[in-house]
Amino acid sequence: MSTAPPDAEELQRRVAAFLAAHDPAETERLDFLRARFDAGLAWVHYPEGLGGLGAPVALQHGVDVAFHRAGAPDNHPEAIGIGLGMAAPTILAFGTEEQKRRFLRPLWTGEEVWCQLFSEPGAGSDLAALGTRAVRDGDSWTVTGQKVWTSMAHEARWAILVTRTDPDVPKHRGMTYFVCDMHAPGVEVRPLRQITGEAEFNEVFLTDVAIPDEHRLGEVGEGWRVATTTLMNERVAIGGRAAPREGGMIGVVTGLWRDRPELRTPGGHEELLKLWVQAEAARLTGERLRQQLAVGSPGPEGSAAKLAFARLNQQISGLELELLGSEGLRYDDWTMRRPTEVDFTRRSPGYRYLRAKGNSIEGGTSEILRNIIAERVLGLPGEIRVDKDVPWKDLPK
Amino acid sequence: MSDLLYGEIEDDLRSGLRGMLDQRAAWPEVLAGTEKDEPSDAALWDVLDEIGVLALPVPEAQGGAGASWRETAVVMEELGRAVAPVPFLTSAVIATAALLAAGDELVPQLASGDRTAVLAVPFGTAPDAPLPAVRTSGGRLSGEIRDVADALAADVLLVPTPDGLYAVDAADTTRTPVISLDMTRRLGDLTLADTPGRLVATGEEAVRAGLTAGAALLASEQLGLAERCLEITVAYLKTRYQFGRPVGSYQGLKHRLADLWTSISEARAVARHAASCLATGDADLPVAAVLAQAHCSEVAVRAAEECVQMHGGIGFTWEHPAHLYLKRAKADALALGTPSHYRATLARLLDLPPS
Repeated sequence: MSTAPPDAEELQRRVAAFLAAHDPAETERLDFLRARFDAGLAWVHYPEGLGGLGAPVALQHGVDVAFHRAGAPDNHPEAIGIGLGMAAPTILAFGTEEQKRRFLRPLWTGEEVWCQLFSEPGAGSDLAALGTRAVRDGDSWTVTGQKVWTSMAHEARWAILVTRTDPDVPKHRGMTYFVCDMHAPGVEVRPLRQITGEAEFNEVFLTDVAIPDEHRLGEVGEGWRVATTTLMNERVAIGGRAAPREGGMIGVVTGLWRDRPELRTPGGHEELLKLWVQAEAARLTGERLRQQLAVGSPGPEGSAAKLAFARLNQQISGLELELLGSEGLRYDDWTMRRPTEVDFTRRSPGYRYLRAKGNSIEGGTSEILRNIIAERVLGLPGEIRVDKDVPWKDLPK
Repeated sequence: MSDLLYGEIEDDLRSGLRGMLDQRAAWPEVLAGTEKDEPSDAALWDVLDEIGVLALPVPEAQGGAGASWRETAVVMEELGRAVAPVPFLTSAVIATAALLAAGDELVPQLASGDRTAVLAVPFGTAPDAPLPAVRTSGGRLSGEIRDVADALAADVLLVPTPDGLYAVDAADTTRTPVISLDMTRRLGDLTLADTPGRLVATGEEAVRAGLTAGAALLASEQLGLAERCLEITVAYLKTRYQFGRPVGSYQGLKHRLADLWTSISEARAVARHAASCLATGDADLPVAAVLAQAHCSEVAVRAAEECVQMHGGIGFTWEHPAHLYLKRAKADALALGTPSHYRATLARLLDLPPS
């Protein structure tokens, strides 16, 4: 195709034409979403035929706003973030034409929920040490191992999965990436309860799970390169959200301060304002990151945003408890809930404090993010590596 | 200068207690207890009574063991290490100190473990903070007091009123359990409706003495908790491998733990000073207790937060003890006043006005 990609004006014309042909009030939700995908108005920067029109990613926001204003149903992006933010870009970058056609449409519409089978009990920060084995058997692979920290595994139809296919070569070289059918025999999902009492996550046990070779993403032994693409997108997804001033956790505490004069103290005031300044600086940094993303591709700056987000959430939620004093000693509910998304605002201050502790662990610990900044951004020499040239099977574990 | 060391008797007391608590209050049992209806571990409380630690600070003439608050502080350290769900701080320290100050007849009953008492104030009440407004009329009390620590575990509630401190039979009150951030020391909301009480002391002196003793010795609990967090984190970092190396070989983590160890060493000196001043009635007690809270609260919270963070994912799970320590550490930082409150108090005591 030689036609130029559509500009903002052209996109608005297409949205208007689409809405004229598919009245949101009259069209069934799934039909509407499928048609929107087929019209290339799902994610406009994706290629034609795969839900997009090859337009600049920056134009997506205007399209979303136009649909929202028309009262159109959306695909509940907050509930399918792993699919949209991680699986989709990876499938787009490494999938075969057939895989892209099979998976992307129901992924975007939310008909098929995705989860991520990466971390293992012995492979957290050092993800490349993972030991879930995939053994080839003709046109199929047999997979056995344990994965952990899998959100949505209990809801998911598909998973992106990284496995060890060659234990005899150094760890980064012996991995292969698959799409795993979560309904396949041998896949067992168990809730993983966290310190808040709830279980957002799961442990996933894979026992002789058969995966057809046509569900492999990328070449055999190329799993690390594929996984790296997924992870860069995860860090952006966690750190780079748009927020208004006082939008995040800081807004909870500024609200408390304004509403409850009896809680005010000089010490609390000083602390609150310090954190307000830091939160606003982080918010503007996030905004700047998003503007960079709109014109380029995700870079290591995403690591800085997530680092600041985790630290601020922890400090602000800690301050909230201290301002509340005795009231902060109360909790709302220790029962093992199964939430599908983290909602900091609708739970108690104690929940916010505890849940925020996960922010510096999940999706790359703050320690690993600092290494990334020090080494990739600042170009400082890396840690002395003892595992680079050692076959995976000989690594101390 | 106060004696900042541990004596031989204290070392023996510690080792006996630790052995017992390892058996009777291992963390899996403590964790399981947080999901039970019982407000505290009554069987463990009986053991503490049998070995006589409830009587430590009480003079022999009042049915006590005639030791001092210094030995009691060692008990607090060990109970803090174990995050043991018993009303020791509330009954054996705060209520006992208040009743000792009042010279009340309940002292021997607390020392002998026959009865358990708690001071009926919100757990966040600092020694110099306003007290809840309970009304009295003809020896009967009415009012509501929220967030009382161990309210459900107590037989007797010591209720401050404008007339003075009253002892109230817990059975005559309405006590509502509170889902607490720290389920190893649970809160209860208390309602008094024309409830009969016995006047224990006039004025606020007994209440203030109880809260000051609590602040001074809570620091020892925080110290024990912080030490436990450091210990298990160090042990984990020696055995957890990532990138082919023990995680503890990374300088980024090593330096943080070295800093934490330094802070804990300071916390030990500060906590010992507070316990010693309380034991001897030293003139520095007002500053020592406030300093202890301003310092040890933050050390314990940092130790518990580092414990979670350095354990990585496993430290964020329910099936690991780190969250028991984190919840206790943060709750302790709010208990009896926050570090920020204590800094402001310190400013007054030291004549360092804010402006």
